[in-house]
Amino acid sequence: MNFMKNTGKSFAAAGLALALAVPAAQADERSGTYKFDREGQHQFVQFRISHLGFSYLYGRFNDFDGEFHFDGENPENSSVSVTVQTRSVDSNHSERDRHIRDEDFLYVSEYPQATFESTSVAMHDEDRATVTGDLTLRGVTREVDLDMELVGYGDDPWGNYRMGFEGHTTLKLDDFGIPEELPEADELKLILSVEGIRQ
Amino acid sequence: MPWKNAHDRYGVVAMIFHWGIALTVFGLFGVGLYMVDLSYYDSLYNKLPHWHRSTGVLLAFALVLRLLWRFWSPPPTPLSSHTIMERRLAAAMHWVLYLLLFGMVISGYLISVADGRGFSVFGWFEMPALIERRPNLEDTAGDIHEWLAWTLIVLVAMHAGAALKHHFIDRDATLRRMLGRGK
Repeated sequence: MNFMKNTGKSFAAAGLALALAVPAAQADERSGTYKFDREGQHQFVQFRISHLGFSYLYGRFNDFDGEFHFDGENPENSSVSVTVQTRSVDSNHSERDRHIRDEDFLYVSEYPQATFESTSVAMHDEDRATVTGDLTLRGVTREVDLDMELVGYGDDPWGNYRMGFEGHTTLKLDDFGIPEELPEADELKLILSVEGIRQ
Repeated sequence: MPWKNAHDRYGVVAMIFHWGIALTVFGLFGVGLYMVDLSYYDSLYNKLPHWHRSTGVLLAFALVLRLLWRFWSPPPTPLSSHTIMERRLAAAMHWVLYLLLFGMVISGYLISVADGRGFSVFGWFEMPALIERRPNLEDTAGDIHEWLAWTLIVLVAMHAGAALKHHFIDRDATLRRMLGRGK
């Protein structure tokens, strides 16, 4: 009987806890500040550019960091910021990478960082948005639109809460003062694919 | 002319090494400076670096052979008219030049293999990557390569200037001994 009684109490306590938890859940459990999963390396800044019009070359930046704030109730209040170390550019070819780092392209000795700071978010549906923000690259700041997709979110198997996005935009090299002339490759696709861990 | 060095002059082998390597180094320096400023669409954009790399590897082999030859057949003894200071300076300069040349071929090699891949030498054979891929190694190696190149060229100019000074001002046999003429 004692056993039954205790169980009954536990149920009551659980019910109370649940009742208290419900309003919190309605505030949207996804909201919060998320740091990019740099340690686990679930973050990618990739670019894709035409090679002479014959094929696509993919490269990436290995060293960058960022965070986003997600507002579940009003996603348009969400924001994201990214800082990329331009010297970490990697196209899997040492001599080409050295050329990309020099004055002809990224000029990394003069402009060691590239940054993106969002200024507004326009939701299209639950998972899709246009994230507008200032992209600073090679010392030039321009407004760009990222087509962003909310890929997924939830508890991970190791006790953290995660959310991931993928977005892309197209940049004209000339817009950012890159002097090298590549007639068949005057623009590139920039892809940001990141997973954040809620803090 | 004898192949080996004599006590009063250089032999044919040492002269071929000396002048051959000198010409190669000037060529590599000029091509190196020129090729890094080529635009991507230049027809030489890939060719010159290929030649530069390939020649650099051959230069590395030549340097090793030259040092082996130097131990097998030591250079002539210094002219008796040279002061102790001149002898020490000249010897120090020679070893610093060797050191810089090895620094050049090693740093140049590292630029090319920083991504863990070897490269072809004139299409004759493959120079393997003896290291694993290391991020940004091409930057460190490249900066060193550039600085060593300028240092080398300045020291080569001093080395040549000293030879000309001995030839035209002191009017001794220093330069002639490297031109196949004794005394």
